[in-house]
Amino acid sequence: MDSESVETFYSVESALSSSSIRSNFSIQSKASGRNSIREVNFGDLGSKPVRYGSHGAGSETYSISMSQREINDEDARLVHINDPVQTNERFEFSGNSIRTGKYSILTFLPRNLFEQFHRVAYIYFLVIAVLNQLPQLAVFGRGVSILPLAFVLLVTAVKDAYEDYRRHRSDRIENNRLASVLVNDQFQQKKWKKIEVGEIIKIYANETIPCDIVLLSTSDPTGVAYVQTINLDGESNLKTRYAKQETLIKIPEKDNLTGLIKCEKPNRNIYGFQANMEVDGKRLSLGPSNIILRGCELKNTAWAVGVAVYAGRETKVMLNSSGAPSKRSRLETHMNLEIIFLSLFLIALCTVVSVCAAVWLRRHRDELDYLPFYRRKNFSEDGEEENYNYSGWGLEICFTFLMSVIVFQIMIPISLYISMELVRVGQAYFMIRDTQMYDESSNSRFQCRALNINEDLGQIKYVFSDKTGTLTENKMEFQCASIWGVDYSGGKAISQDQKDGYFVKVDRKVLRPKMKVKTDPELLQLARNGKETEEGSHVHDFFLALAACNTIVPLIVDTDDPFVKLIGYQGESPDEQALVYAAASYGFMLIERTSGHIMIDIQGERQRFNVLGLHEFDSDRKRMSVILGFPDKSVKIFVKGADTSMFSVVDRSMNKNVIRTTEAHLYSYSSLGLRTLVIGMRDLSTSEFEEWHSAFEVASTALMGRASLLRKVASNIENNLCILGASGIEDKLQQGVPEAIESLRTAGIKVWVLTGDKQETAISIGYSSKLLTNKMTQIIINSRSKESCRKSLEDGIIMSKKLTTISGTTNYTGGTSGAGLTPVALIIDGTSLVYILDSELEESLFQLACNCSVVLCCRVAPLQKAGIVSLVKKRTADMTLAIGDGANDVSMIQMADVGVGISGQEGRQAVMASDFAMGQFRFLVPLLLVHGHWNYQRMGYMVLYNFYRNAVFVLVLFWYVLFTCFTLTTAITDWSSVLYSIVYTSLPTILVGILDKDLSRRSLLKYPQLYGAGQRQECYNKKLFWITMIDTFWQSAVTFFIPLLAYWSSTIDASSIGDLWTLAVVILVNLHLAMDVMRWNWLTHAAIWGSIIATFICVIVIDSLPFLVGYWAIFEIMKTGLFWLCLLAIIVAALIPRFVVKVLYQLYVPSDVQIAREIEKFQTQTESGAVEIEMNSILDTPRR
Amino acid sequence: MSSNTPSSSAGGVGSADSAAPRRNSKRPKYSKFTQQELPACKPILTPRWVISAFMLVSIVFIPIGVVSLFASRDVVEIVDRYETACVPENFRNDKVSFIQSPSTNKSCTRRLTVPKRMKQPIYVYYQLDNFYQNHRRYVKSRSDSQLKDNSSWDDISSCKPEDDANGLPIVPCGLIAWSLFNDTYNFSLNNQQLVVNKRGISWKSDRDSKFGSDVFPRNFQNGSLIGGKSLDPTVRLSEQEDLIVWMRTAALPTFRKLYGKIERDLQPNEVIHVTLENNYNTYSFNGKKRLVLSTTSWLGGKNDFLGIAYLTVGGLCFFLALSFTVVYLVKPRRLGDPSYLSWNRNPGGH
Repeated sequence: MDSESVETFYSVESALSSSSIRSNFSIQSKASGRNSIREVNFGDLGSKPVRYGSHGAGSETYSISMSQREINDEDARLVHINDPVQTNERFEFSGNSIRTGKYSILTFLPRNLFEQFHRVAYIYFLVIAVLNQLPQLAVFGRGVSILPLAFVLLVTAVKDAYEDYRRHRSDRIENNRLASVLVNDQFQQKKWKKIEVGEIIKIYANETIPCDIVLLSTSDPTGVAYVQTINLDGESNLKTRYAKQETLIKIPEKDNLTGLIKCEKPNRNIYGFQANMEVDGKRLSLGPSNIILRGCELKNTAWAVGVAVYAGRETKVMLNSSGAPSKRSRLETHMNLEIIFLSLFLIALCTVVSVCAAVWLRRHRDELDYLPFYRRKNFSEDGEEENYNYSGWGLEICFTFLMSVIVFQIMIPISLYISMELVRVGQAYFMIRDTQMYDESSNSRFQCRALNINEDLGQIKYVFSDKTGTLTENKMEFQCASIWGVDYSGGKAISQDQKDGYFVKVDRKVLRPKMKVKTDPELLQLARNGKETEEGSHVHDFFLALAACNTIVPLIVDTDDPFVKLIGYQGESPDEQALVYAAASYGFMLIERTSGHIMIDIQGERQRFNVLGLHEFDSDRKRMSVILGFPDKSVKIFVKGADTSMFSVVDRSMNKNVIRTTEAHLYSYSSLGLRTLVIGMRDLSTSEFEEWHSAFEVASTALMGRASLLRKVASNIENNLCILGASGIEDKLQQGVPEAIESLRTAGIKVWVLTGDKQETAISIGYSSKLLTNKMTQIIINSRSKESCRKSLEDGIIMSKKLTTISGTTNYTGGTSGAGLTPVALIIDGTSLVYILDSELEESLFQLACNCSVVLCCRVAPLQKAGIVSLVKKRTADMTLAIGDGANDVSMIQMADVGVGISGQEGRQAVMASDFAMGQFRFLVPLLLVHGHWNYQRMGYMVLYNFYRNAVFVLVLFWYVLFTCFTLTTAITDWSSVLYSIVYTSLPTILVGILDKDLSRRSLLKYPQLYGAGQRQECYNKKLFWITMIDTFWQSAVTFFIPLLAYWSSTIDASSIGDLWTLAVVILVNLHLAMDVMRWNWLTHAAIWGSIIATFICVIVIDSLPFLVGYWAIFEIMKTGLFWLCLLAIIVAALIPRFVVKVLYQLYVPSDVQIAREIEKFQTQTESGAVEIEMNSILDTPRR
Repeated sequence: MSSNTPSSSAGGVGSADSAAPRRNSKRPKYSKFTQQELPACKPILTPRWVISAFMLVSIVFIPIGVVSLFASRDVVEIVDRYETACVPENFRNDKVSFIQSPSTNKSCTRRLTVPKRMKQPIYVYYQLDNFYQNHRRYVKSRSDSQLKDNSSWDDISSCKPEDDANGLPIVPCGLIAWSLFNDTYNFSLNNQQLVVNKRGISWKSDRDSKFGSDVFPRNFQNGSLIGGKSLDPTVRLSEQEDLIVWMRTAALPTFRKLYGKIERDLQPNEVIHVTLENNYNTYSFNGKKRLVLSTTSWLGGKNDFLGIAYLTVGGLCFFLALSFTVVYLVKPRRLGDPSYLSWNRNPGGH
């Protein structure tokens, strides 16, 4: 987001708030939280003006608040309305077709191969395969050496091609959608991809906008259009957009609408737009409220006409979807390093062999001609003496080196790559099949979309979560009310008679609110009784206020039943929606709203109220008010707002008791995590009203400083209120969210919430999701300039350091522990982030954030989310995970190491961009703590084991080479060499990689701290690698030298001892694996013992082929006792060091995982009950 | 609370019984396999297990070691190194020319004294040192198809540099056959010929399946350079047991090859006279030649290594078992004690 566009964006708000450039750095400590009721804000009560005032003309509102800066001609794009030809004269604007696919048919092969050969190992194997083609070096058959690499490349290429095909297909569908475009003064259907900048487009209700358009006119006489921006920012409520008054009256088909729009170059800022338009010689300025972006849907408006200004990849939504980088798992990245070690080791081995060979050849150079086993001279050709197969000393050494590379090539395990793919597929299978990650409400299973980062799930240190739709269901729900000092929160169950909820009959048709709200029976009774009693009249006024004091638009929807219609409420604020639904359930149903009046059905009786005035919500007053003219000509003002702002305008002298009890109720509501609003009202006398009216007229027509004037007018009238009561709204969290967050934090994962919501909303969600607690100290950064940002950050760092060091402990486990430690929460908003991200302040923010156990970022734009993720990613080696559900989370999901999409109600973009998709936030717990832990442990072990397995074999070959004049003879047959990593030893490691479990699901959920094993990289690190390599060295030496010494100066032939080595190595590596297997089920047994038996069978079969040298060798050697004794000695002697080290580690330096395993084994009976409860609370039971 | 709110998701995930099964439900089918809950055994290395494992190993290994050592000690072996002794004094400085000269007398007599009673069969071996029968050039230089089948007698592509002589293919071709060992031994005891049985010294499988009964040596050792023994062209390859034994190339540079069997017992202090023809050239590469007479045990020849190895491993395991017992008694750790968990052990914020 460049600073200019940001300023533009905020200039809208700055017109409303006088202190636009200021730093708001406040600290709410626990102590102050006790005394004052926690501040809960209006939430989304809409910062943008909605035009239901008694005054019509509104388009100037923006031209005042808009900064009238000129756009430089060089920086501008000129769009000639309805003249695409002239607009595109210079062919500089892109068309409207989009392309998200990576490859085309032509580029597929080179690009895909290029990407695949990013793996170091693949290049290595290519080189080996090429080397083996040289006749001098042909150690193995030509085809055979190419085959494994070709197979791996092919499989991956097919997979990539399929994925890209799917992307192309969705692009094609998108590009071929139809829209009405004005051509020759007539609207015609045109494919999206054909739309050009400058064309006039007509969009009908519920259609998706094909490109970014500037509104010209809408079906609404005032030029309002409602759009849903769910695909852009994830917010499902309706936003209002305006057409300019000047263009509104024109009918595109008849009036030849021409004009010139001068707008900024395409940018990513979806909240900012700056342009001006020249129509009929008049110059109008355009702001973000005049543009509708691609991907939005037109709602509640019959049609809208606009002119395309940005198309295709230049639209803001496309600019915001950064390309999908191909991800590679952390473990694999580390593995590449170890592979480099292994290759160095390989080079060392080959060097040793070739140097020895060189020395040997030099020392025997005089004998070589006649040496019976070398015979350099060939005498067969007519008595001529010539060298046979000898190219000189230097070249022979070279060949020896290259041949040894070929012989020892499996030192770098290519089979590992195939095994890893297979294991990941297996792990994905189990993750998908996990019934605990199946979401019943959306009927969706867990989805594994990326197959190469399974093990990263076990190492996550940071979770970045979206709020709306991820933590919450994005459904506000009216929970309880306090009216006139009485708490009505008894809405426990919907009893049978009211199951259908409240409804109204109109012309034999039933009108029913779309959403049912549970009601308190007592309150319902009071509401029904009417306003005869004093109590009843207060209730009446309260609900009237709820129904009237808002900017909600009712929408009537047909149902299958022709006699039933549903009434839905649309508006920018979900809180208001919840209140209006609640009012409707208690019998105060808002039926109709126009700019001048509202129609409310009160207990079956329609009443019409004139809306005489409406004061928008703004962030300074933190309240809104509406002035209603009643049918009986009386005039009342209804005000609702945040408690702090309301109590300052309430007439304290009246009803002290009511005020006191209301305050008490508010406190208890907010401590339950409810969002509270206080409602007040006042009768207005005629003189008061007249006075207000004239002031209002003046203010609303003022040209300069209109917003502050209006605010002043509002403040003047909103005073001396009589308090009616308060409401408690629950921003309904998804099931199990607080427990999930608790588990994640216990597991040492830092949870950051990044939301587009307002700060107050975010904080209240923070409380209800247990992310924030009353114990925490909050550091809030709301800065409007770089300097104040810097200062806030510095103060914050000092503060957080002081707080976290008082207790003298570090918040190692994410601040889970209590007393001495004061956990710190950082709350920062998008405006401040504009100054911080991509500047030198990033570092201080990161430091501060590291000291905080919770970070909440509010009002962040999609790309800022990605910016925050990359801020953390760049500075630590820790793994990051981003989880979100909307299109606004896409860039964050792609930026994080692991991206998780919530598949559910909202669009599919997040899921499409994600690596894993699931139905609910709480599935993150089994995903990370259980599957992530398992996957990481399995994969880490498997990689180490594969290194070991291949290295043992190579070393045995190497030792033998030392006894063959360094000529790379192998006693082990070629066949066994090829089959070794394919048949003899592959299945057990793959199966163990898929099935082995170090701990049960139950223990992992009971002790989330066990997740730390992955974060600390306990299963795969350099130390383990080197220990494994030392062990490998020992094991190979034992395997080789025991038979060597036992058979020294005996009649043993090469094939027989080769068979002994083959069997010994295979049994050894399989038993090594068996020693490390944690959980033996029948599959493991079958794989390990089966592999050993299969090896015996293979060796026997190979030795039964008469054309091979080793014919019958295995039978001859198996007859001897020495063979079996050697085998036994090898296996025991090779495994003893490992076993001893393992035992010592397990008994005296036990890891957490080890202790948990013991607990599992020895204490399952006693504790199983408790665990069950704990597990249920996370997985099954709904909240509260 | 969730059950009555309009927006709540239907039921908990775990409560499969509550909701009627939805049509087209994608709920994964429950099975122990898919939920990774297959019945499994979870071995844990308890001290008792560890100690008994070590004890078991030592209990098995020590007796095997003892038995192996005894078996090895029971083997009576007479080894006579003769490659220098069988070169006349005047040729000692230039052994190569001695061995290469066709005119020198290669005969040589050796006296072997039987140290202990040797029970039949007594195996006669020749042992070569520093002879790399496993050299890459050497092991590849043979043609298995030619050896097996008379019809592919000209399949000599892999036999270089000893593939043909005088324009005709050699049967058996290749360096291995060419370099066939050609020292001969004649044994006499008390001036009586000791019969050496040279039948059945090779593997039966080789005679039956690898060396054809219709293949006869052709054009063998006819080249300009004689490598070793000549073969009787009238004897089929499957009966040329010296060749068959030689062709089963040794794994290691020091190796023995079976020469024959003496099928009678030898008494202590009996003296065997060996008349040998010292024909084979090991002098050019400083190879040693030994004549070995040896009995066998169930374990093979005389080799103490395995017995010692078993005793070592067994002893080590016994020591480990003891030390683990001691360590366990001195400093036990209660298994599965939650207080050892790192977050409990390090009471940071508590």
